[in-house]
Amino acid sequence: MAGAEGSKVLSYPSELKYVKTHEYVRVEGGNLATIGVTAFAADQLGDVTFVELPKVGQKLKLEEKFGVIESVKSVSDLFMPAGGEITAINDRLASEPELVNLDCYGDGWMIKVKLDNVDELKDALTADGYRDFVVD
Amino acid sequence: MTTAQLKETPLASAHRSCGARMVDFAGWNMPVQYKSIMAEHTVVRTKVGVFDVSHMGEFIVKGAGAFDFVQYMIANDLKKLSNPNTALYTQFVMPDGGTVDDLIVYRRESDFLLVVNASNIEKDWNWLAKHKSRFNDVTLDDASDRTSLLALQGPKAVALLKELVGEQVERIAGFGYGEGKAGGISISFGRTGYTGEDGFEIFVNPADAEKLWNLLLERGQKFGIEPCGLGARDTLRLEAGMPLYGHELDEQTSPLESGLGWSVKLDKGDFLGRDAMQKQKADGFAKVCACLKVEGKALPRQGYSVLKDGSPVGQVSSGSQGIFVGYPIAMAFVPPACATIGGVLAVEIRNSPALATVVKRPFYKRGPLV
Repeated sequence: MAGAEGSKVLSYPSELKYVKTHEYVRVEGGNLATIGVTAFAADQLGDVTFVELPKVGQKLKLEEKFGVIESVKSVSDLFMPAGGEITAINDRLASEPELVNLDCYGDGWMIKVKLDNVDELKDALTADGYRDFVVD
Repeated sequence: MTTAQLKETPLASAHRSCGARMVDFAGWNMPVQYKSIMAEHTVVRTKVGVFDVSHMGEFIVKGAGAFDFVQYMIANDLKKLSNPNTALYTQFVMPDGGTVDDLIVYRRESDFLLVVNASNIEKDWNWLAKHKSRFNDVTLDDASDRTSLLALQGPKAVALLKELVGEQVERIAGFGYGEGKAGGISISFGRTGYTGEDGFEIFVNPADAEKLWNLLLERGQKFGIEPCGLGARDTLRLEAGMPLYGHELDEQTSPLESGLGWSVKLDKGDFLGRDAMQKQKADGFAKVCACLKVEGKALPRQGYSVLKDGSPVGQVSSGSQGIFVGYPIAMAFVPPACATIGGVLAVEIRNSPALATVVKRPFYKRGPLV
């Protein structure tokens, strides 16, 4: 994806972990995590029209595809930033995919996962590391 | 992003200050969107939007032989422009029936103005130059570099331009052409566009382009105007069932196959591409362009396979969300037998068939003007 030239300031909350495929992970105590796409990804995709998510109970490995995100402009696969079992999906995205654009870290979350091994996130980027990565 | 070699319109810095995301389009650094393609699409359908389309090419054809020359080069009938200040949509067609480009021809007081696609300027120029020698007294002039072009589109476009230019704007019919001044800036304008809405394409000297752009945005505020990028231009033209060169038209596709038969006048006399198209019509088409309403939420995109009873029969040439109509839409080339209105096909989207119904063109048609 090309660098953003708009004047928008994109935020990367410091309590989250980020991966280079543009997903974020919020570890919420123990091995439970919420996963979605970053503000950079949402901004680059533009108007999100459709998010295809896995089924609850599905077990997926690190870097395995968990879904598809589609916008007017393009379509991209979504990848697991760490392996685990899907415990919830954001049903609201079925009728309100624009939540990804409006609030990617909040109401625009995608899946909740029981992580197999939190250590899989040790190579994930910090907010600063991810910001540097997308600025390049 | 490497932008060093890209050409820029006089509005490049104005776009950046409007927050545009710029992309390489046919060698030009152009705004693809400002805030959101959906918002820009909607503002054109409901209010008014302004697009910079200065990358498009403008050729002026003059001389005693200009009429005969243009008539020979295009598939539509130039005789329809019996008065000056009128325009028509047409194509340059090759002797084998493939399409060189599609364009609008304006008949002005003393010349013809041809507005062509940015991606084809050089090819079109060479095509015209190659055939010019058959005609006496024809002058060909590439005015692209000294012409900027803004498209003002939407139900409020007429009201806005009327405020700036005067009552005369309202009297210009569809595909009419006029001249005037907006805030002291000399402009000329066709009541044409590429969105399916009423509106104008406004020609202006590049030196005045930014001033005109700012004037339109400022005075258009009360009408709800927004700057719109090439992203919305594409979704708007697709919803309006208009072809895009490189998608629904190319050197392997005739205007007839693309569903543009209404603009091809095979009985007007000799012109380039006529014999091939006459033969296509007599023998039957190998492929035709169908409009598909696609079920589900996944979007059909260019290159996706079209299936009939599970077997591939064609390919999507353009596809997107129909932002105003509210469902996924596509144009696709399929055999004529698969293009019957109401017929059921499928588009293969990520290995899964999405039901698609052949519908009449266009997907969206604006209501009556009054």
